[in-house]
Amino acid sequence: MKTIEELKAIRERMKGNVGMRDSEKGTHIVVGMATCGIAAGARPVLNAMSEEVAKRGLQDVMVTQTGCIGLCRLEPIVEVYRDGEKTTYVKMDAEKGRRVIVDHIVNGNVVTEYTIGANE
Amino acid sequence: MKELSLNILDITENSTRAGATLVELTVDEQPADDRLTITIADNGRGMDVELLAAVCDPFTTTRTTRKIGLGIPLFKEAAESSGGSLSISSEPGVGTTVTAVFGYSHIDRMPLGDMAGTVSTIIQCHEAECDFVYRHVFGRGEFTLDTRELREVMEDVPLSTPEVVFWIKENIEENLRELYGGNKYENN
Repeated sequence: MKTIEELKAIRERMKGNVGMRDSEKGTHIVVGMATCGIAAGARPVLNAMSEEVAKRGLQDVMVTQTGCIGLCRLEPIVEVYRDGEKTTYVKMDAEKGRRVIVDHIVNGNVVTEYTIGANE
Repeated sequence: MKELSLNILDITENSTRAGATLVELTVDEQPADDRLTITIADNGRGMDVELLAAVCDPFTTTRTTRKIGLGIPLFKEAAESSGGSLSISSEPGVGTTVTAVFGYSHIDRMPLGDMAGTVSTIIQCHEAECDFVYRHVFGRGEFTLDTRELREVMEDVPLSTPEVVFWIKENIEENLRELYGGNKYENN
């Protein structure tokens, strides 16, 4: 069972790490979650990427959402903001999301084949 | 949309965009009465009579990027195609309540789908500005998840922290399994 004790343990681990949300530091992963994104399968992408971040205990990585980006035919769209640079991934699914976490977020290599540049 | 939980995710988005600080989602499954009721109630800015009357029209939307909004029309279509209905009550400055009723066993009633994924996603994306109460009833059993209680435990650690989101998702999955009597049930 998922217990409150587990939640408290997470709290203790995270305590020193709060405040990054508003800062310029760290990595922000943003998933398009308007009607178009949701219908195209954005939720499993967001869930898989969050799970991968959680399982790997990655610090300073936040996963959140945005509305319609205006490119509905390329949804699900994921934007990665890191070190002042933005990478836009298109036509994503859960597996591609996991690979972006491993290759891009952990190892620092952009997954070029999923980027908007490779798909337009 | 292939799952009702995706419609729920989409409709809840309207509540948070309307400036709600509390959204209460209730999923009430009553197989014996052949009825499924989904209620999304918020304390956002509400709608006036004019907007309320027009809100099921796909050519009504408050966003400015384009002139079409499909969230409510799709949810209404899902309810009506199962022999049910969708109703909305709203008052400016007080909030909006969307209620969708479905024929539980109707062949065209979409499955609920991944409720744990939907609720954890809503919390992950909006906990900074909004609290959520998710109540799920199945027959005579029920469980409730309230972000206000989780916040008390987490103190200043945001609920959107990936590890916390993952805990919430698994917690809901476990509660649903228990609610359905240990089975995965048709909706999962």
